[in-house]
Amino acid sequence: MSVTKKDVNYVADLARLKLSEEETESLANDMNQILDYMTTLEELDTSDVEPLEHVIDLEYRLRDDKAKEPLSHEDALKNAPDADTDYFRVPRVIE
Amino acid sequence: MSFTNFSQIQQSIQSGDVSLSDIVQSYINNIEQKNDEINAVISFDREGALERADEIQQRIEDGSAGKLAGMIIGIKDLICEKDKQVTCASNILSNFESVYDATVIERLRNEDAILLGRLNMDEFAMGSSTENSVYGPTKNPVDTSKVPGGSSGGSAAAVAAEFCTASLGSDTGGSIRQPASYCGVVGLKPTYGRVSRHGLVAFASSFDCIGPLTNSVDDAARILETIAGPDPNDNTSSSRTVPNYTKFTENLDSNIKIGVPEEYFGEGLDEEIHKGIKNKLNELEESGAELVPIHLPHMKYSIATYYILATAEASSNLARYDGIRYGHRADIEDVEKDLKEEKEALEEQIKQAKGDTKQELVDQLNEMDSSLIGLYKKSRTEGFGPEVKRRIMLGTYVLSAGYYDEYYAKAQKVRRLIKQDFTEAFEEVDVIVSPTAPTTAFDLDSNQDNPVQMYLNDIYTTSANLAGICGINVPAGTHSNGLPYGMQLMADAFEEGKLFNAAKLVEQLN
Repeated sequence: MSVTKKDVNYVADLARLKLSEEETESLANDMNQILDYMTTLEELDTSDVEPLEHVIDLEYRLRDDKAKEPLSHEDALKNAPDADTDYFRVPRVIE
Repeated sequence: MSFTNFSQIQQSIQSGDVSLSDIVQSYINNIEQKNDEINAVISFDREGALERADEIQQRIEDGSAGKLAGMIIGIKDLICEKDKQVTCASNILSNFESVYDATVIERLRNEDAILLGRLNMDEFAMGSSTENSVYGPTKNPVDTSKVPGGSSGGSAAAVAAEFCTASLGSDTGGSIRQPASYCGVVGLKPTYGRVSRHGLVAFASSFDCIGPLTNSVDDAARILETIAGPDPNDNTSSSRTVPNYTKFTENLDSNIKIGVPEEYFGEGLDEEIHKGIKNKLNELEESGAELVPIHLPHMKYSIATYYILATAEASSNLARYDGIRYGHRADIEDVEKDLKEEKEALEEQIKQAKGDTKQELVDQLNEMDSSLIGLYKKSRTEGFGPEVKRRIMLGTYVLSAGYYDEYYAKAQKVRRLIKQDFTEAFEEVDVIVSPTAPTTAFDLDSNQDNPVQMYLNDIYTTSANLAGICGINVPAGTHSNGLPYGMQLMADAFEEGKLFNAAKLVEQLN
């Protein structure tokens, strides 16, 4: 099994990246090399093993039901690439 | 005037010979003299640090100072400090300023540490050499033709070059321990959940840990004591009591059981490092330690397991960078121009095409990105560097329909096997010893074209992150090539005390 340029373009679309022809080619190459290395896991029979999702025992904690001071509008918008006084400003999306 | 560790600083201040602002100034002088070449510090706050020094000096004289009064700390550029730039060494966050302090930052400040500056790193902590940085590579202070390791290369180099007393880094697969080994400093990866991740920019959330890099084991214990503990803002932070870690470095127990895993001393390990570590182990044995040969049979799967799970988590975590609420946003006019050109080109091709090819092109035309999707894509494509894109692509691939079970689910199962290996081993031994990295620091630019080779630098370190246990790098010697190398000690989850005890025993041999 090997990753084709078409696969790379499909994954790039899922990842919201746009790749040049050159990048597509080198990524297909890299991904094949890396995924090939990862096939070592196939040697292991894991049919009776449960997947490990949390390395430590999670504690379920609830915070007190008390209102806290939220982030101010000013702070929330401080890093916005584009904003007016109250909102993030985004490009028109309805054509 | 030069200060390597905290106890030197404390003695100097107590003797009344120097003030805290003199000490801060001495670090600033080092930065000004050497940082142009080393490139470990991205930015530093001279006025802020000197002002804080005066305030804290006052408190020292009053007897009301916190327990880190006199400690000058640098921060890896992915831990949030209010009103400071937090860039993750990435273009996509080049203009980002944090609006809050990470929990670790609050805790350091509360104990009167002085935060001097922001430190270089591999972009989003992805890398083992600190070459993947928008600020350019950091160089190893011991030999500037070598990398400092990574991703916390700035944090390790800054401590080695005496730009600060200590630094904070983050360790997802070895990113504190490996650079510590390459630069000859102490680097601690605490147990997962020991230190709050609130305010740490996420790379792989089930692995990420914040920890200290220092010139002494004592300083690492002192910092962990301050930053560890539960945090309502991080539900994965453990509520276990934080022990007085410094006491483990004061009352040393040399009769410890040290597990020596055969798997970690095999092929690929530099021979001199191998011998050097074995010599240290013999010395420890002579002073009372028991060496226990152990097996960790699944260790050889750790790199593959780690790079599947960590890239999967990264692809999900980095989905937030869309150019809408913060971070780099591409120019919408450029996006629309690109889309228009793409559309015209397709329409032209359709005119010429026939049959199936024509249908395919028509489908492509109908499925063309909207300007919003185009904006996301262009913002992300312009913002992320090559290694980050590579990992997002890998992570997206292993999570995609059809491959999820083969890669992601499989790796989660192997992760359990790796954790079980450690659990069984720690029933017999107090700590496990290994090299931290297979070699000393490598040449700048030497591994850039071979991602697998680069990933293999993490061969001894990723397993601790997979199992969630703690690990530390302690300098173990100097290679005949002049470069330092370290040894790694690992202890079971929440057994940092045992780690500090063993690390201090090693440190005393040096």
